[in-house]
Amino acid sequence: MAVTVSIPTILRTHTGGEKSVEASGKTVLEVIDDIESRHAGLKARLVKEEKLHRFVNVYVNDEDVRFSGGLEAAVNDGDELTILPAVAGGAR
Amino acid sequence: MVSGRSHDMNALCPPRKMCGVLRIRRELADEIVAHARRDHPDEACGVIAGPEGSDTPERYIPMLNAARSPTFYEFDSGDLLKLYREMNARDEVPVVIYHSHTATEAYPSRTDVSYASEPDAHYVLVSTRDPERHEFRSYRIVDGVVTEEQVEIEE
Repeated sequence: MAVTVSIPTILRTHTGGEKSVEASGKTVLEVIDDIESRHAGLKARLVKEEKLHRFVNVYVNDEDVRFSGGLEAAVNDGDELTILPAVAGGAR
Repeated sequence: MVSGRSHDMNALCPPRKMCGVLRIRRELADEIVAHARRDHPDEACGVIAGPEGSDTPERYIPMLNAARSPTFYEFDSGDLLKLYREMNARDEVPVVIYHSHTATEAYPSRTDVSYASEPDAHYVLVSTRDPERHEFRSYRIVDGVVTEEQVEIEE
């Protein structure tokens, strides 16, 4: 189950500067765990209390996983996983 | 790769001091202000993309505030994915990430700082609280540290 994971600028310190990495897994969480096994520290930036951190968006292909099962969302061979920091803020 | 530049700059540059500079063409700055005025009293947001490594804002991309709120902004997650794919395909980065504050000063709030995750971007804030005069200010936000920078408008 090989997938390509694109890493945002802010997290590339964990991947030696790489913009994308190969990983495997059947769910988003398995993919994250697989990356973590080679790039320690990444998981803590993405997952908090067993949920996706609210500052981060993860997409499987074009689908934001928040709307398709979160960390349990299915990942298939050849899928593209994209991690992007949410762009948000405001005076509140 | 995370550029060392911003980090070095911050090391030399204590919070609330002006260091660094945003150079931006007049028409792009005007677009940002016009967007902020148009969406007032809701917050407006968007990006000025530019070639990777250039630090030059070139392509104005207004974004929809999915929160449609006077005190919060958020890029729609689908729009965000499209935006980054498009920028990647064009070898661009978000040189400027802008949003407006509609009732408070143009200074990053705690929320702004907690979400800020582009260490190489200039975070531009526009305040539209005064109907006659706007504030237009720019910041680096790196590892939770806010550093204001000068804004040079190029004619």
